[in-house]
Amino acid sequence: MNWTLMWDSLPRLLAALPLTLTLVFAALACGGVIAFVTALLRLSDYRPLVWTIKTYVFAFRGTPLLVQIFLLYYGLGQFDAVRTSVLWPFLREPLWCAILALSLNTGAYTCEILRGALQSVPAGQVEAARACGMSRTLAFRRIVLPIAFRQMLPTYGNEIILMVKASSLASTITMMELTGVARKIIAQSFAVFEIFILAGVIYLALNFVASQAIRLGEKRLQPCG
Amino acid sequence: MLDLLSFGPNGWGAQLLSGTLMTLLVAVSAFGFGVLIGSFAAAAKLGDRLLLRGLAETYTTVVRGIPELLVIYLLFFGGSGMVMALARVFGYDGYLELNAFTIGVVAVGLISGAYSTEVIRAAVRAVPKGQLEAARACGMPKMLILRRILVPLTLRHALPGLGNVWQLTLKDTALISVTALAEIMRIAHLAAGASRQPFVFYTTAALLYLLLTSASTILFEQAERYANRGTGRR
Amino acid sequence: MNNTLLALAFGALLPCLALSQPAEAKDWSKIRIASEGAYAPWNGMDPSGKLIGFEIDLAQSLCKRMQADCEIVAQDWDGMIPALQQGKYDAIMAAMSITDERKAVMDFAGPYGTEPSAFSVLADSPLGQVVFASKRVNLSAPDATGEAALAELVKALKGKSIGVQTSTIQANFVDKYLPDVSVRTYDKLDSASIDLLAGRVDAILGDRSVIEALGASQGGKMVQFGPDFVRGVLGDGFGIGLRKADADLKAKFNDALAAATADGTVSKLSLQHFGYDVSVK
Repeated sequence: MNWTLMWDSLPRLLAALPLTLTLVFAALACGGVIAFVTALLRLSDYRPLVWTIKTYVFAFRGTPLLVQIFLLYYGLGQFDAVRTSVLWPFLREPLWCAILALSLNTGAYTCEILRGALQSVPAGQVEAARACGMSRTLAFRRIVLPIAFRQMLPTYGNEIILMVKASSLASTITMMELTGVARKIIAQSFAVFEIFILAGVIYLALNFVASQAIRLGEKRLQPCG
Repeated sequence: MLDLLSFGPNGWGAQLLSGTLMTLLVAVSAFGFGVLIGSFAAAAKLGDRLLLRGLAETYTTVVRGIPELLVIYLLFFGGSGMVMALARVFGYDGYLELNAFTIGVVAVGLISGAYSTEVIRAAVRAVPKGQLEAARACGMPKMLILRRILVPLTLRHALPGLGNVWQLTLKDTALISVTALAEIMRIAHLAAGASRQPFVFYTTAALLYLLLTSASTILFEQAERYANRGTGRR
Repeated sequence: MNNTLLALAFGALLPCLALSQPAEAKDWSKIRIASEGAYAPWNGMDPSGKLIGFEIDLAQSLCKRMQADCEIVAQDWDGMIPALQQGKYDAIMAAMSITDERKAVMDFAGPYGTEPSAFSVLADSPLGQVVFASKRVNLSAPDATGEAALAELVKALKGKSIGVQTSTIQANFVDKYLPDVSVRTYDKLDSASIDLLAGRVDAILGDRSVIEALGASQGGKMVQFGPDFVRGVLGDGFGIGLRKADADLKAKFNDALAAATADGTVSKLSLQHFGYDVSVK
């Protein structure tokens, strides 16, 4: 173990943290919106929409994230139609491609998590809210959503950790986030172990913080805690 | 475009097919390896040896907490060194080499195992105590209880979870393309670079993975139905 | 049922149980050589997955001379040197330049080939119209026109994005001479060229023949930009990468290479793959 090298590389690796965090937060935010919309549509009665959402979820949960990233980044850029479209200023940038791929991926998983949670809300609770005179929207906002949210938090916590890990794949499309920088340092110093172990420790720390935050949230949302 | 995917001399069809088989082979081996590790780690976590419990806890926390890509890289570059160090402990002093397949299986298996551990542990705890007590009351020896009661019941509870782990494992094999093992992703990447037709090849790769994941979903559903026969559930 | 499942699980494990096989004793009757397979015409891959190219043919010729049984394996460029040190193979022939940084951790036989680096841009982009006075810049001793060309390059590329392959001499070149560009590093030069065609980067930098081959495959959409660059951070030609400990293998490779150069094999293979002579005289 070359401890000096590890110590000297630490600032460079930590400098890549903001980008990793940007990727994670942006993906979770966009993915959350996608999941919310798709889960509601998935539970709607409109057949074609339900099937569209089902196909989306099936395709993104059934393929590796790496394929999705490559397909969005290299695959789409191949077409003139895409390159002349209004979306190109976004798709041109690897950062947006990475965020898009991560968002669509976590959106598909979260859609299923949210759907399960929404369906697990006891019918009696909704009926009670309606009996109190709440409108459907109000009942959904005040009763169903909070209960579903509490229900899904532990599973969603896992999804957050998976996203922190998945952000490392952005390094395959030229993003210089934590893993990208680690690989660059290795290319210069040839010290595989020192740098990857260091990067691994940083990811572990990130995930430790994330899981503690989730646990805290779970405790806060406990009904009679 | 289609001739790129054909089986002729200028098409990547044959390569993609053998890549699919390789993906399947790695995934099945890694999943099996993972279930084996998972069983031991779950036993360690449920047992009362503090040291073993700590080891198992560290294993699952670390492996589930760092990106799969890092686990694979570490094993790819350090696997041989670790095996040689281990061999030296046992008095073997020669040079040992791990091939790309073994590294892929071990790396993905270790990741898969960490998730299997949790599934198996939860499943063991879901087995009603009364069942085991009844078996003991019938005079069954320990191994027989394990074989006839605990493992079958655990398997039933674990199957849905293991199905998820299998899907995860299958998709994680895409990451071992960095070890130059010729599985789907590696072939697609090479073909996309050589032909400059990334869309065709990554779409094909995506479809191949979809085929594998949906086929295995059906298999697992059937296995669950089989394992749940006679329990009154549908 | 359960027994069957268990049996299946163990069956699946069998390949893992054949965990490791002892490698050959090192009399070098068997040599494993790594190449990339994504750097034509130096090394490429045909659709059947077979490695092809100048270095593949040269490696086979050298092995025949060393009376060694050679296995040539495809290996990603990124991580090629650490994997050599871990003993995954014994030699690298992948258009790897001999540089001081690399010599600190490994050894080289050769060089067996040399080639300038060059930029490539889209023919219809503004950069494609720029004409340079100098045709070739020697970076270890640039003359007045060379210095002028470098200054011109810095000016033309200011604020542009440039694609290079990770951990290459070209990446070092950009780091050293072009501080005002944004660098994108790719695992393969192939991927960088896809991004050049898509307009994600303004220029790519690579070995000239590879740049030319990429351009040829695109029917004139890509053109060379600026002069050829040689020496300095770009190293002293392509060598056969070896572990420092294997001095005996280095001697063998050097002898075989000297013989292959002397009888014209290297030049012949070079003409066949490049259309000109890349060998080092």
